[in-house]
Amino acid sequence: MEYWKIDKELIEHVCKIARLALSNEEKEKFVKELEDILSAFRKIDEVDTSDTRPSFHPLEFKNVMREDEPKVWKWQPLANARHKEKNYFKGPRIV
Amino acid sequence: MIDLQKILEKAKAIQKEYSPFVTLPEKLEKPRSRGRLSGIMISVKDNICTKGLESTAGSQILRGYVPPFDATCIEKVKAEGGIILGKTAMDEFGFGSFCTNSFVIPKNPFDKERVCGGSSGGAGCITQLADFPHIAIAESTGGSISCPAAFCGVVGLTPTYGRVSRWGLIDYANSLDKIGVMAKNVRDAALLLSVIAGYDERDSTSLNVPQEDFTKYCKENFKMRVAVPKEYFTGIDEKIEKSVWQAIKKMESEGMRYQEISLPHTSYALPSYYLIAMAEASTNLAKFCGIRYGFQPELKGNFDEYFSEVRGKAFGQEAKRRIILGTYARMAGFRDAYYLKALKVRTKVIEDFKRVFKNFDVIVAPTMPILPPRFDEIAKLEPIEVYMMDILTVAPNLAGIPMISLPCGFVGKLPVGLHIMADHLQERNAIQAAYTYEAIK
Repeated sequence: MEYWKIDKELIEHVCKIARLALSNEEKEKFVKELEDILSAFRKIDEVDTSDTRPSFHPLEFKNVMREDEPKVWKWQPLANARHKEKNYFKGPRIV
Repeated sequence: MIDLQKILEKAKAIQKEYSPFVTLPEKLEKPRSRGRLSGIMISVKDNICTKGLESTAGSQILRGYVPPFDATCIEKVKAEGGIILGKTAMDEFGFGSFCTNSFVIPKNPFDKERVCGGSSGGAGCITQLADFPHIAIAESTGGSISCPAAFCGVVGLTPTYGRVSRWGLIDYANSLDKIGVMAKNVRDAALLLSVIAGYDERDSTSLNVPQEDFTKYCKENFKMRVAVPKEYFTGIDEKIEKSVWQAIKKMESEGMRYQEISLPHTSYALPSYYLIAMAEASTNLAKFCGIRYGFQPELKGNFDEYFSEVRGKAFGQEAKRRIILGTYARMAGFRDAYYLKALKVRTKVIEDFKRVFKNFDVIVAPTMPILPPRFDEIAKLEPIEVYMMDILTVAPNLAGIPMISLPCGFVGKLPVGLHIMADHLQERNAIQAAYTYEAIK
């Protein structure tokens, strides 16, 4: 598999996943820029990491759980919503 | 009794000339309690939620968002008598090294034709220019405190990852973001860190370690063991190199011993950092879709069309670039080659630092490879060239170790930053070394 090839088709595919509408101009520009960026990033291939574990955080963290009991946090989740009805957010239609 | 109206007028005058703020309140609120920050104005980077005060993280997609709550660090500041001054300018979501990727662009206090550095550029700018008691709350992901501290000639303290709760921070990259401080001197920085640090059950990555009064480390100590990494002096501006070596020699002349060492994975930290940061950013930015808060146009089309249109319209170029790269790096088939590989390289970078800190208290290096550039110079740069500017700050940020950038002189009228790094949770060493240098310089 060719990992490092960026073209317009790939950009369109990624944008579909990421829900991002781009102009044609932007797509053309990003193809070139992302190609440059990824070819520079390819440098990490030089590092031998065959025996190395990934660090998801800079320090070791364990999952933190609290008691499974209801807790009340008083705030106004709808305070900034423009589209709302009764006590709900209103979103775009599904289909 | 301090005259809050007069201070707000001063801030407005600075704003008119240098634009460090995204938002200034109509009136400064009198604190409800007294404490360690009584009488001190606290400016807040715009990606930290402040109740009743617009918080946009420098993004059009959050324009108009007024948080109904305070971030943990803001609650702590208010409880200690601090007065919230305003929200400071930043690159959109922290994506930038010059504080130019946003709708408010601050100007460098030493030369208005030049940048403040990013992403906490507004914080650096107002910290340098405030002629009233002031300390800034800023935030760093890959160098966003150290860079503007160097370019604006102030002290920037980035604590250990997890030292300060991130609850209420509009996040960029969860495994990298650190709330920190910027101040005119090391003691002020240590004071504000003492207030905002501490365990918070609302942030599962906040460290459950004892509270410390960091100001007690503000004393001279010439017995510190200093390491100087040779990789941090290659390819940098010669005048900066000279200035930083002068600072190291000055410390030596006062009795501090230094030794040159190597951090062999330095050049790999940059791609590793950017891949991780972009992957995490692309997931964090998924929540911004034009419902609930911020930019909310008329509901049109189905959810796919609506979300895509809103995001395409409101995100800036750098945000789009990072969403695309980050999403790509996490896609099935590419994830191991990019994202997982970057996480493994991060382990190597952490190991480099750990090895050095077995024998040394601090690592000293230049903060930035260049002096603050002019706006017209950076307009010509390609994105990858901009990323390369972070070459000296990304490694310690990737490793989550504490660091302080402080001024160590001038080249012409432009300030140079000295970077002092310490091991995880050893803020005390960075503070003590920075304080000692500040005292003798």
